[in-house]
Amino acid sequence: MSRNRFYIIIGALLVLSYLATHFVDNQYYFFAGFAILQLMVMALAWNILGGYVGYVNFGSAAFFGLGAYSAIVALNLFDASLFAQIITGGCFAALIGFGTGYLTLRLRGVYFAIATLALLVVSETLIVNWEFVGGAAGTYVLPKKNPTILGVLVVGKQNALFDNYKELLFFLMCLIALATIIICSLVENSKLGRGLAALRDSEEAAESMGVPTLRLKLFATTLSASIMGVTGGIFPYYMTFIDPLSAFNLDISVNALAMPLIGGTATWLGPVLGAVVLGTLQQIATVTISSEVNLLIVGLFLVAFVIFAPSGFLGLIEKYWKRGD
Amino acid sequence: MLEIKNLSKNFGGFTALSDILLNVEPGERLGLIGPNGSGKTTLINCISGLIQDYQGEVYFNGENLNSLVAHKRARRGISRSFQIPKPFTSMTVRQNLLIPLEYAVRADDLQGISIEEQADKIIDDLDLNEKSNQLTSGLTQIEMRKLELARAMAVKPKVLISDEAMAGLSSSEVDDILKILITLNETTRITIIMIEHIMRAVMSFSERVICLDAGRIIANGTPDEVIKTPAVEKAYLGE
Repeated sequence: MSRNRFYIIIGALLVLSYLATHFVDNQYYFFAGFAILQLMVMALAWNILGGYVGYVNFGSAAFFGLGAYSAIVALNLFDASLFAQIITGGCFAALIGFGTGYLTLRLRGVYFAIATLALLVVSETLIVNWEFVGGAAGTYVLPKKNPTILGVLVVGKQNALFDNYKELLFFLMCLIALATIIICSLVENSKLGRGLAALRDSEEAAESMGVPTLRLKLFATTLSASIMGVTGGIFPYYMTFIDPLSAFNLDISVNALAMPLIGGTATWLGPVLGAVVLGTLQQIATVTISSEVNLLIVGLFLVAFVIFAPSGFLGLIEKYWKRGD
Repeated sequence: MLEIKNLSKNFGGFTALSDILLNVEPGERLGLIGPNGSGKTTLINCISGLIQDYQGEVYFNGENLNSLVAHKRARRGISRSFQIPKPFTSMTVRQNLLIPLEYAVRADDLQGISIEEQADKIIDDLDLNEKSNQLTSGLTQIEMRKLELARAMAVKPKVLISDEAMAGLSSSEVDDILKILITLNETTRITIIMIEHIMRAVMSFSERVICLDAGRIIANGTPDEVIKTPAVEKAYLGE
């Protein structure tokens, strides 16, 4: 796909998502769409470290949760706008990502995974014991009335960009997802991406060939964490209520890791495919069976793919493509 | 050019290297021999920077390298191949060479030739043309060894350390690799340190040979002198 066509498609999808907020009446689609897009962004962010570099991160929910709670802190302290909350979430998670990376990236394999899991537990414990952000009981986020940006009414019944917050949040999540896809694609096709691939294949060889492995890993961790933080930053508005249990839920980590593994980790298309297929299935299951069956679906898919198609959907497609030649 | 002063390295209670003193001259062909476990690979890990917590000093062109991590040493011109090949398995042979060309070589050293052309030239020199665009999993043993050397050459090194580049190869394949290394040394005058167990190869290649045993240098001289040293015979054959 040529670069120009890639950007045209991204732009078209963005326009389409905006139009959808005007022509689709059923609000459920925006609610479900947001959830699927959130999975997609988390999966893309996980893949930057897990797929490109080969470092398995179990602490995605920590960066997500810290993003969400730093947004709450910004709200409580400065009455921050939604936009400012999202930026705060991203920046704070990036900071924590950098720090965590600096402390843990000398660990490899399963030890790194355990360290990230520990980060999740520590962050949750801290928030549970911090009354300022609601402690264990959680806190409400009441959407602001008639928000404007540069004098334009963003949410309102008349002459506004969006009719309600669900539509605005859906559109913002689309924007974040598309921006993340662009970032991932830029990383993949850059000197940086080639360095990451080299260090995934052999860290010692990469280092001996001039690749600054520690610096690249730190960059990947920070970028991955900041995207997760952005996703977390928008989350309180979507739920209008947040507590540590939902923000630091291990399900978030498991989903972020499972989607790329099921879709394929080599390029951004893998996590996107994984999230679309599994996220949709999860939404259907939630409505038709029960919300508890979600993780079972992910688990079964994960087991099946690890055994029968370790390169994910993309690997399968490539295999059949080649067979056809 | 490369000066190693009082280099020691312990792994817990085990002394891998003890008080190594070594000078390597520009353009020299140095052979490094010694029985298994004598510390040869540890020594080059210390020189290339994969091991940094050693005692003693490593100087390169007058600069103390102790505080430099491996990728910075590579950029200064110290390159090595691995005893057990470590190719970048998700990449083609050509892409494997582009990594050091992109990361380790300074723009001035490219002399206006694109990194793609540089990679193709090395591939041509090492006769890997047929496999250029294939993944490394399809390579034979000799091709894998050649790729290790090619990638080390792509760093545009001033010192190239070849760690058992000929292990497991047939006699004619050993000659192939020898020819590549000798041509490289004669055309570019880069220093080559060869670690090798195949005595025929290391003795015909080297201008000077040093022998390590239990982390110490037990002989240092021309190939003929070293092979006649009683300590070397003892290290290899026992008393």
